[in-house]
Amino acid sequence: MEKDQDKIISDVTTTEYKYGFYSDIEMDRIPKGLSEEVVRLISAKKNEPEWLLEFRLKSYHHWLTMKMPTWPNLKIAPINYQDIIFYAAPKERKNTGNIDDIDPELKKTFDKLGIPLQEQKHLAGVAVDAVIDSVSIKTTFKETLAEMGIIFCSFSDAVKEYPDLVKRYMGSVVPYTDNFFATLNSAVFSDGSFCYIPKGVRCPMELSTYFRINSANTGQFERTLLIADEEAYVSYLEGCTAPSRDENQLHAAIVEIVAEKNAEVKYSTVQNWYPGDKDGKGGVYNFVTKRGMCKGENSKISWTQIETGSAITWKYPSCILRGDNSTGEFYSVAVTNNHQQADTGTKMIHIGKNTKSTIVSKGISAGRGQNSYRGLVKVLKNATNARNYSQCDSLLLGDKCGAHTFPYLEVDNSTAIVEHEATTSKIGEDQIFYCNQRGISTEDAIGLIVNGYAREVINKLPMEFAVEAQKLLQISLEGSVG
Amino acid sequence: MLVINNLKASIDGKNILKGISLEIKPGEIHAIMGPNGSGKSTLAAVLAGREFVKVTEGTVTYFGKNLLEMAPEDRAKEGIFLGFQYPIEIPGVSMVNFMKTAVNEHRKFKGLEPLTASDFLKMMRDKKELVEIDSKLANRSVNEGFSGGEKKKNEIFQMAMLEPKLAILDETDSGLDIDALRIVANGVNKLKRPDNSFIVITHYQRLLDYIVPDIVHVLYDGRIVKTAGKELAFELEEKGYDWIKKEIENTVS
Amino acid sequence: MNEKPVMTEKYLGLYKDNIDKISGRSSPFINTFRADAFDKFSKLGIPSKKNEGYKYTNLSTFFDHDYESYFMPVQADFLKAEKFRCEVTDLDAHGIVLLNGFYPTLKEKLVQLPSGIWIGSLNEAAIRFPEIFEKHFGKYAKSETDGLIHLNTAMASDGVFVYVPEGVTLTRPVQVVNLVQSDYDMFNQHRNLIIAEKNSNFSIIICDHTLSPQKFLTNAVTEVFVGENAHFDIIRVQNEHNNACKITNTFIHQERNSVTSSNNITLHGGLIRNSTYHILAGEGAESYSYGLFLADKWQHVDNFVNVDHVVPNCTSNQLFKGVLDDMSTGAFNGRILVRPGAQGTLAYQKNNNIILTDDAKMDTKPQLEIFADDVKCSHGATIGQIDEDALFYIQSRGINKREARLMLMFGFAHEVIQNIKIEPLRDRMDNLVMQRLKGELSRCASCMVKCG
Repeated sequence: MEKDQDKIISDVTTTEYKYGFYSDIEMDRIPKGLSEEVVRLISAKKNEPEWLLEFRLKSYHHWLTMKMPTWPNLKIAPINYQDIIFYAAPKERKNTGNIDDIDPELKKTFDKLGIPLQEQKHLAGVAVDAVIDSVSIKTTFKETLAEMGIIFCSFSDAVKEYPDLVKRYMGSVVPYTDNFFATLNSAVFSDGSFCYIPKGVRCPMELSTYFRINSANTGQFERTLLIADEEAYVSYLEGCTAPSRDENQLHAAIVEIVAEKNAEVKYSTVQNWYPGDKDGKGGVYNFVTKRGMCKGENSKISWTQIETGSAITWKYPSCILRGDNSTGEFYSVAVTNNHQQADTGTKMIHIGKNTKSTIVSKGISAGRGQNSYRGLVKVLKNATNARNYSQCDSLLLGDKCGAHTFPYLEVDNSTAIVEHEATTSKIGEDQIFYCNQRGISTEDAIGLIVNGYAREVINKLPMEFAVEAQKLLQISLEGSVG
Repeated sequence: MLVINNLKASIDGKNILKGISLEIKPGEIHAIMGPNGSGKSTLAAVLAGREFVKVTEGTVTYFGKNLLEMAPEDRAKEGIFLGFQYPIEIPGVSMVNFMKTAVNEHRKFKGLEPLTASDFLKMMRDKKELVEIDSKLANRSVNEGFSGGEKKKNEIFQMAMLEPKLAILDETDSGLDIDALRIVANGVNKLKRPDNSFIVITHYQRLLDYIVPDIVHVLYDGRIVKTAGKELAFELEEKGYDWIKKEIENTVS
Repeated sequence: MNEKPVMTEKYLGLYKDNIDKISGRSSPFINTFRADAFDKFSKLGIPSKKNEGYKYTNLSTFFDHDYESYFMPVQADFLKAEKFRCEVTDLDAHGIVLLNGFYPTLKEKLVQLPSGIWIGSLNEAAIRFPEIFEKHFGKYAKSETDGLIHLNTAMASDGVFVYVPEGVTLTRPVQVVNLVQSDYDMFNQHRNLIIAEKNSNFSIIICDHTLSPQKFLTNAVTEVFVGENAHFDIIRVQNEHNNACKITNTFIHQERNSVTSSNNITLHGGLIRNSTYHILAGEGAESYSYGLFLADKWQHVDNFVNVDHVVPNCTSNQLFKGVLDDMSTGAFNGRILVRPGAQGTLAYQKNNNIILTDDAKMDTKPQLEIFADDVKCSHGATIGQIDEDALFYIQSRGINKREARLMLMFGFAHEVIQNIKIEPLRDRMDNLVMQRLKGELSRCASCMVKCG
């Protein structure tokens, strides 16, 4: 068994990242480094209105006063912000929205990634916004959605076409002063997706954004804003990949969600940024601020995330439960292998009465990976009858990895019930043996068991992506351990 | 002793009891049968005074007093005992302390002095013997870590200790093997006196082989749809509840 | 932590002004630790809320106050200490009284009991038994983050010393009564060293009391060595007034196959912080860590537990509970650390809290840090109220609501108390908890201590 395990661990650590290719696309890049000029340049390149430039500058100046945070359980090499390109876009982007106007090399890239830019492709029930480096290159099904009054477009387009909506909601959930990386993003964000579901509309298809970092030395700073007006419903999914490179690339994004009265938003992430090689060289630093505001009564925001990539993942998709009877959910599977580090979890802030939150976190550590759940459940004084249940499990594959659980429960109301449970254990040898006895190889058995372990979360994904996520898990841990 | 008149009750705004009338005289054993969801446990909850059940109409008179106005503990002291379908586990509270407090509250109510420790322990011993309960159970926390059967036997033991006038046994037979069922039933029979009464709520006729009822009611959709002698239980066992359902539908249509 | 608040400066000054006086009365060996500890303290300072371990506890109300500092007992103190008697019914214990952190007896500074057991003054032991003392003192109380431990090492000069030789079983527990009494607001520190050699077996009870209504701040450090196959229990009972702050730091180092339990019962006190460190340094060691607090008015109680699985095949279990009434606040900070290679670890942690009013607040932070895979670790934490179903069940047996609530709260608390193995003490704790829950003054009938 020991030997088997060693072999399997070594198999796992040599599994290749299959999205690690680089596309040779003609790019428009600005020089490395960050300064007020760079911020102005980004804004100018995007022909932004004055109010947005002001927002960026305000953020930039605030950022200068901040220090990068440190965490006890993450080892992060120093980041030189003067060595990063803050804006890179494929050249000659035409605004026609016509598929034929897109660089064939770009189209090839997305085909290779399995992301259809043509609307009739196999993922017909999904509208896609494709973002490469700093800009959105194509949003599908825009017109179909527009018929229902749904706005789904790139953030840049939204700034031009729906400035009032953007002004009203941008920064309302994640203020520009929120944290070091959110502030940086607020200064230099390039593109991202914007989505508005009007009153009473149930979005008929999955909306999704696909993020791709392509250029070297480039940071990606996208910003997503999702608004579900009263009685609206939307399910949204994001996916991400990047080429294999030796240096660390920075990804510092912001996602803001607003759910009005009786609205429901499901936000799913399949994160597969380049994780670095088996010695921990390279990989994306994924420092993301995601937050949803259940603004109205009976609103609901549900986060589901499958985190398999990135050298370092630092994100806490959170819910501010302001509306009475609102609900927040967080379902997460995070895999760390080789030298990957993940520090992820959620914050559930109960403000309204009868607010409910559920947290299910499944960590899987292999190789020398370090996986931490860090979460906060806070019940404010007036949040009568608040309920929270958290379940955080960790699975360890191999004796060189680590699994950590740091829940914070802060309760200031006597009618609240807050419960947290967590377990940490290695994969069951008796389970593996049981599978072996039925003729299943150890490698397949581990795949089965890990998938079973993560099922509760994977089941929350839209069906089209659940299968994808399952495969991804298997690849990330190919045949893991016992 | 107990008169229920046109009782209607709801839980979370949903009507569960839709007009129940029933009279129980001293010395009678009533069986209340009916399919799942017919309102049997809700009726028991109303009689014992659970707050989440809202009485919307009707009256319940117990020895001439308005039962619905009384706090649960006062009902208990007046002699109403509920044998829970799912007895609650109370970690850290020993059976001895729990029962001693309860027995002495009952005694205080009757104007009696509290029992001395040795008298109380003797009473525990006697009652344990009577209901054939394992004496080790009494040394543990209330119901904590008890098996399903042990919890039910513990309910009967508590009934023996508190000597109620009206005992309501809510599906005390569910989840019991035949030996446990026999012990529970024997306990009930031993505690039967000419002046006390029982309401035995059950899903199956099985328990009624051991505890012979005087009157059998069938509860369906919040109403008592049939009342007869003990032979009704056998008929139900034979024909199942569908028979009743059909009969009702026929009368409605 | 870089900025040095005024608060810390005050204690740096206190050290500088008094170090000669302190060193003059202390054994040379204890003095060898002071300079280094002072350095560490000046780096770490008095913990602020920025310190992760003190996130939910604000020390400033007690540390930012001018106290008369207590460095040496005077003649009158000896008489007070002699007068004190504790009478827990049937509790037959070897009693020691510490007054304001000193061992103030006019008679022997160290007493020998049968089988070669020594109990008495720490400072005296450092002089009389250098070999044993130097092997253990200062070896277990370590911290990279908590300046208070170093503050204690830098300045404390006396406390209790207990030595139980190899193979000796002490049937009567040792009872240490910590008294604080002064006509002035007072800051004091003391230091205990407890050594349970191989195959020994004994218990120690530590009772914390305040005897006068002045404002008090106590910062105590206790080091415990538990040898191979030894059994050791420590029970701490805290009953101080609302104007007193008690900080205890207990480090229990365990060798192979040893079994220890620690039980902190906090009945009353203004600000209480109990840090308990369990160091499982020998294979097969087992540690049980319990805590219970009942807080009301403006009280604050913080239990910090750190269980360090250094080697494989050890077992640990934590159970901490709190009941919060009025405007009281509570914190739990529990950590299980499984170091690389500590395979076969079983570790469990549970924290349950009941909040009785909307003005009370509870923060809990249970943590697992696991660096080995062949382990079974879990934790659970709850903050909530009394179970309504259980309440109804009890009422349905004829017990009124008030009594039923009391019974449930008592049961909740008893789950911690029941782990006290000394029966008379367990019964006494049950009684005190019941009195406390009823809102009565909870003190032993014959005790001269005025609590509350």
